[in-house]
Amino acid sequence: MNPGTKLIQGIKAGFPIALSYFPIAIAFGALAVQSRLTWVEATLMSLIVYAGASQFVGVSMLLAGAGAAQIVITTLFLNMRHLIMSLVVNDQMRDFPQAWKNLLSFGITDETFAMLTLGGSDDIQDQQLTPVYTAGLMGTAYLGWVSGTALGGLGASFIPSDLTTAMKVGLYGLFIGLLVPPARKSINFAGIALASMMLNALLGQVLDSGWAIVLATVGAASLGILIIREPE
Amino acid sequence: MKILVVIIGMAIVTYLPRLLPALFLDRVKFPAWFEKWLKSIPYAVLGALIFPGVLLVEKDQPLLGLAGGITAFFLALLNIHITLVMAGAIVVVILLQFYIF
Repeated sequence: MNPGTKLIQGIKAGFPIALSYFPIAIAFGALAVQSRLTWVEATLMSLIVYAGASQFVGVSMLLAGAGAAQIVITTLFLNMRHLIMSLVVNDQMRDFPQAWKNLLSFGITDETFAMLTLGGSDDIQDQQLTPVYTAGLMGTAYLGWVSGTALGGLGASFIPSDLTTAMKVGLYGLFIGLLVPPARKSINFAGIALASMMLNALLGQVLDSGWAIVLATVGAASLGILIIREPE
Repeated sequence: MKILVVIIGMAIVTYLPRLLPALFLDRVKFPAWFEKWLKSIPYAVLGALIFPGVLLVEKDQPLLGLAGGITAFFLALLNIHITLVMAGAIVVVILLQFYIF
């Protein structure tokens, strides 16, 4: 398939993510500027940090007067799950040129990860990832996040910065919509997802949610070593 | 100044975990059991991201999030486009908020 078609497929796959990012990013831009960041700082944060939850936490901590080191360390822990996701994505990008891998790894988020590994139509899923498809998907999501932040920062004086229930449900709709179709085809993978939910609910009683997600993921995926037979 | 330091620091510690596997992975050949583990990760990640987080979309109203999640689940069974799954969950939650909660 030619690169142009691949690019368009990537952009199409990234579009629902951009759509769900956009209003959340507007709220973030508004919150950041209301918290006394300049418009440039707010936009820069989305440009180079590009991690939704961490950015909200970072800005709230700034507002609360937390120290720089404290904020940075919290961010590191919040994002440890990206290490695991990047492991999976880079396993699928083995044949990409190194520069592409370095660049595209920056674009790994919960949502792009889910779309890259489980999403797309069946004909895409059976093929190997290509640099152009991956770049189209990630670039579209990234644009949604950055442009939303810039816009929200501009309208900070009149845009409410609260995340509405609808915005949050949209993200869960994305996750559920991506998980259900492939999990339906394999009782083993469906079982792993369910085990991870239960494990996360249990661990969440004693750990903060960032670590609970990491440990539940590692634990439930280990179940896969026992129950998955090659080739699945 | 402090804000700029924080932003750059956050950018570094966010990129590092994303970048690390890109730097060393092509030098490693994974054993079969590890490949099975990697294959299972997307399902495990999504499970943990969805639950119990979906119950918390509206504090003190776990049933509202549950209703949105169940709506998305059934819409996803229909194999419709992901955007429609998202839209359906959002519409149900907004209607419930308006009429019941």
